[in-house]
Amino acid sequence: MTTQADGAKRWLAQVYVSLKPGVNDPQGLAVRDGLHMLGYAEVDGVRVGKYLTLTLNAPDKATAEARVTAMCEQLLANPVMERYEFQVSEADGKAQPRGEE
Amino acid sequence: MQFGVITFPGSNGDHDALSAIELGLRQPVEPVWYRETNVSRFDALVIPGGFSYGDYLRAGAIARFAPVMEAVARFAAEGGPILGICNGFQILTEAGLLPGALLRNKGLSFVSDWVHVRVESNRTRWTAGLTPGDVLRMPIAHGEGRYYADSETLERLEANGQVVFRYVDAAGNVTPEADPNGSANAIAGIANEQGNVVGLMPHPERAYDALLGSDDGLKILSAVLQAGIDAATARV
Repeated sequence: MTTQADGAKRWLAQVYVSLKPGVNDPQGLAVRDGLHMLGYAEVDGVRVGKYLTLTLNAPDKATAEARVTAMCEQLLANPVMERYEFQVSEADGKAQPRGEE
Repeated sequence: MQFGVITFPGSNGDHDALSAIELGLRQPVEPVWYRETNVSRFDALVIPGGFSYGDYLRAGAIARFAPVMEAVARFAAEGGPILGICNGFQILTEAGLLPGALLRNKGLSFVSDWVHVRVESNRTRWTAGLTPGDVLRMPIAHGEGRYYADSETLERLEANGQVVFRYVDAAGNVTPEADPNGSANAIAGIANEQGNVVGLMPHPERAYDALLGSDDGLKILSAVLQAGIDAATARV
């Protein structure tokens, strides 16, 4: 656990964004058909979404979760057509998603 | 009538729009850089097509936060006419200036083709001179053009006359084949409640001269010009 000089801790947020139930997902249908072609007949549904990882500094987990919720509502998901869920955990120093890397 | 065409990083329809207004409509027009914060000198704005910010995250999602968009929102609130074309339509929905969203095409393919759309409403600033039922032929070029809104929103749009253009065949009929992307209710373009902001997936700016295959797009630009002239005449 990394603790900053100002007392903030570093958190890892794993965010999943997918189309709302009921919104047609042609990518998911194409992937499902591909799996059927490979013989995975047991697959009866596929939904394709996005997975984002963020690291952020916040004094506690509740604050981090509130901030990530706001980020999802404002940018990471489009609430018109998408839904989101996420988990926030302590970043252990290895989890360092950086855009430039 | 002074037109402005907004350029974001990744816009590619901006010069087509500038040409259509300058050469087709023969009105003064200037490019507006995405960092500008004042658009009050314009009488009408066009948000052009392209791939602003590489379509990262979602088409139009990042452009919505560009500095110019606050000025665009003010311009819209004051009743200024805004036309969002293709990526411009996507940006306007992401910005909340138009309802709904544009999803990946039903067939997953990027579709570049000519389509017919039927004018559904002449209550907007961009269709004021047109007649409902008129069929316009314009090109499309998009991968994410499938209009989506929840059923309540769709009912409201239909009831309010905010559905402006619908994909049809050449004879003006809605058919499954005529809809290139699987849009809800075959919607190709919509307006806000006030009718000053219109977004559509087809490209009127690429159909402003018969040499390009059609000059039907010019009718949309001419409509906003005529509406502007009428408003100015009424003020005198």
